[in-house]
Amino acid sequence: MTEQEFLEYVQSGGQVETDDWMPDDYRAKLVKFIEMHGNSELMGVLPEREWILRAPTLQRKLALTAKVQDEVGHAQLIYRVVEDLGKPREQCLEDLISGKSKFHNVFHYPTETWGDVGVIAWLVDAAAIISQKALLKCSYAPYARIMKKICWEESFHILHGRDVILTMMNGADEQRELVQEALNRWWAPLMQFHGNPISPADDPMFQWRIKSQGNEEARQQFLDGYVPQIWELGLIVPDPKLGKNDEGVWEYTEPDWAELKHVVTGHGPQTAERLELRKTTRAETEWVRRTVLAEAA
Amino acid sequence: MIVYEVFRQERKGQAFAHAGSVGAPDAAFAEAYAREQYGRRGESVALWVVPREAVAEIHEFVDELQKNYHRVDGYPLKEKLKEARERAGTAPPADR
Repeated sequence: MTEQEFLEYVQSGGQVETDDWMPDDYRAKLVKFIEMHGNSELMGVLPEREWILRAPTLQRKLALTAKVQDEVGHAQLIYRVVEDLGKPREQCLEDLISGKSKFHNVFHYPTETWGDVGVIAWLVDAAAIISQKALLKCSYAPYARIMKKICWEESFHILHGRDVILTMMNGADEQRELVQEALNRWWAPLMQFHGNPISPADDPMFQWRIKSQGNEEARQQFLDGYVPQIWELGLIVPDPKLGKNDEGVWEYTEPDWAELKHVVTGHGPQTAERLELRKTTRAETEWVRRTVLAEAA
Repeated sequence: MIVYEVFRQERKGQAFAHAGSVGAPDAAFAEAYAREQYGRRGESVALWVVPREAVAEIHEFVDELQKNYHRVDGYPLKEKLKEARERAGTAPPADR
């Protein structure tokens, strides 16, 4: 098979297994994309971890702990896929800590209040599940297959997030304020989440059918699904330009793409602190890995 | 680390289907990881945890002797039925 034949194969819906021949560029793009997904699952637990001890009830503490376990489990599954493509998990973790590889923009920001926890679980997970559902059709079959389980668990998280938000919206004025303030903080990162509106024709991830939808298509789907849900609670989306035009397309203030780039290249408000925590815990648990592997050998 | 393939059965009586893989130092860890990854929400009633090395994968199915009597295409009934119907005078009218 030539590279051109392979391209035509994936573009016509063909799927690829681990041992199949694939162009080097395809393999490299896969590793980069899937590794960033794994990194994001792993880093994504840190903003929530900070709130486990401060969660308002025992039920919430347990739910949050379970969500953290889910996300770390996703990282485990995803790094396994990367490993079968040739990059060991240890190397992924090294590259994450050293800042060589990236993770999603939303996990570079602080979790200021319990309102942020609700907004993250509801809207960040909603934005994520839109990308992940599109990956169910990924040309690389082992990745597409694990996405089924991941999407299933993510939809559970949205449920948890909505429950947190609805409880607060039905509570005191101070609680409603916490939610509104959190939404104000998270709106810009949420609008940046699906990436700049690069045309699918120019997006190599789409050309290889690693992704099955364009960035703007994903953002439109997010707005379509969730803006009405935000509005019906009496919350205000902090964008005066936001609205649907006559053709049914959402219009909005252009997100700050420079901020997105700045943040994902390691300059977000919480980037350094969170990577430092990963580095510390990794060093602290080194003896566990050594012991376990020595005992098994 | 050893790679273990995990198969799960969703309900009693159903076939085990491949669920994914876990990396583990030994069988005991593999079992623990498989339970956490594929069984903690009641989504499985049983799991098979198998070292990847133990799975034999087969891709080529060469039919050197043209054994079409194993397959549906070895039995071209349509033409024969048409002929038999004509012989018996029970063929449906040609222009319907």
